[in-house]
Amino acid sequence: MEPQLQGQVETLTKSQIRSARKKEIWKNIKKNKLIYLMILPGFIYFFIYKYIPMYGLVIAFQNYQPYLGITGSEWVGFEHFHRLFTGSDFWMIFRNTLVLFGLQLFIYFPIPIILALMLNEVRHHMYKRTIQTLIYIPHFMSWVVIVSVSFVVLTLDGGIVNGMLEYFGFQPINFLMNDSWFRPMYILQVIWREAGWGTIIFLAAISAVDPQLYEAARMDGANRIRQMWHITLPAIKSVIVILLILKIGDVLELGFEHVYLLLNASNREVGEIFDTYVYTAGLRQGQFSYSTAVGFFKGIVGLILIIFANRLAKKFGEEGVY
Amino acid sequence: MVEDRSLGSKLFNITNAILLGIIALITVLPFLHVIAASFTTSAELAAKKFVLFPTTWSFDAYRYIFSTDTILKAMGVSIAVTLGGTMWSMLMSTLMGYGLSRRDLVGRRYITFFVIFTMLFNGGMIPTFLVVQQTGLMNSLLALIIPVSINAFNMIILRSFFQNLPDGLEESAKIDGCNDFGILFRIVIPCSKPAIATISLFYAVTYWNTYMHAILYISDSSKWPVQVLLRQIVVLASGLNYDGAAYTDIPPPEQTVKMATIVVATIPVLLVYPFLQKYFAKGALLGSVKG
Repeated sequence: MEPQLQGQVETLTKSQIRSARKKEIWKNIKKNKLIYLMILPGFIYFFIYKYIPMYGLVIAFQNYQPYLGITGSEWVGFEHFHRLFTGSDFWMIFRNTLVLFGLQLFIYFPIPIILALMLNEVRHHMYKRTIQTLIYIPHFMSWVVIVSVSFVVLTLDGGIVNGMLEYFGFQPINFLMNDSWFRPMYILQVIWREAGWGTIIFLAAISAVDPQLYEAARMDGANRIRQMWHITLPAIKSVIVILLILKIGDVLELGFEHVYLLLNASNREVGEIFDTYVYTAGLRQGQFSYSTAVGFFKGIVGLILIIFANRLAKKFGEEGVY
Repeated sequence: MVEDRSLGSKLFNITNAILLGIIALITVLPFLHVIAASFTTSAELAAKKFVLFPTTWSFDAYRYIFSTDTILKAMGVSIAVTLGGTMWSMLMSTLMGYGLSRRDLVGRRYITFFVIFTMLFNGGMIPTFLVVQQTGLMNSLLALIIPVSINAFNMIILRSFFQNLPDGLEESAKIDGCNDFGILFRIVIPCSKPAIATISLFYAVTYWNTYMHAILYISDSSKWPVQVLLRQIVVLASGLNYDGAAYTDIPPPEQTVKMATIVVATIPVLLVYPFLQKYFAKGALLGSVKG
């Protein structure tokens, strides 16, 4: 009998605790009702414009007809995904996405690091600030401006680059309509716009390095380049690794605007990526369900990559991004 | 730190400084060229190809682009969207950011996750398009603002900043009889000027540069922001468009006209930039460390 009694007493206290807690929570909510009121507009925004579209993904499994809506449209299962994976377009987009990502990883990624190392070695404070001010500028220009400036510089119609080519006796090149120039143009524009801005985080990491380390290295006879190599670079290694990992989580995020602005009929084979494909197939050609399926596939792969990348980043002893 | 004054070190300094100078020049030369070329005659541009300082000044390009009200209208749209959008987004983000910064709030972690999850996964272009359509925003300038009311990243930066303010501030205000809105608007916001300035500028630049949402949601060309018009004038006139149709029926605008359009679309950012660079850098750091 005794253990039973004990059990009863225990459940009693548990439920008491629970109700006391509930009261506590209610009290807290009441006390903070103005705070909830502040959060409400944002909450509604995220619900309507972020979560309802997630629900809208179900049209990937339908033959969505705008006049029938989600509830009235016919369900077709995985038909659109099947079409995507068996169609020839899929491999073209997949390849293009991977190539552009590879360019970002192998060509773009090291540049901000090198720039940050160089900037860190500038002893003249004003000069350093001036350089920084100048190389940050393109980051604040829209992709339209970046692409437009490239176009007026590269055009056959009196652009400076072709002017120089002709001056030195070369044939002018139609950069804008030539599919072999799409990728170089893409990555050069990425570098131009983002490399300077990308130095910020590395410079912050460098500024945390203990100056005594440099002094000690100098005692040991290390010149400036060796100090850079043996002290600065190892000191920011963890930041580099983390950013590299996080970049991998962003494989599919190449930027709709930039690629879309560069695309034309003659470079589609090398330039079409998931985002631009969703736009043309969906909004230009009205294939809502099919292009939603494409976007869904991209979203799921992206999510997996981000979670994976973040895990990896945490493993390297950092906080991760979220 | 004692400076290293060896010859090698000096040589290193000089080489490094020169290299960086060249890089910085290469970065801004194209912009300088475009600005200078917009102020010269087509003849000079055609002859010299590259202009850094016009020998013959001419405002023809500007006279031409302002001869109709197309650009002025687009500027008006962009300015309205930038001012209205920035204020709206700041209001929404500050309210939510402050709310979520209160540690005693029940459910705050769930709501934060609710927001952060949208940074990892979203419905994508088509389902979002359908929601924008169903909420009646198509072809309205509000379509450029309402669907992007809060940038989750910016909101989180604000939240982190508010969280780091000393608790005593709020307590003393409470004792003086302030309610939560009073605390936010009279105490917290005035104490958070650097964060508020940074995030406002991030929003303003984004709104000024808005392009994708305009091509998605605005089909009426009289409501186009500057960026869309710029693409129309420079990118499309430079060759084929995406659908493969050549723009042969319209004579391509003269180079100087293109240059002038670029300048006009960039001026607000160029004007604001030098004054606020220090805020931008600080804000970006805040974001990258706290995320």
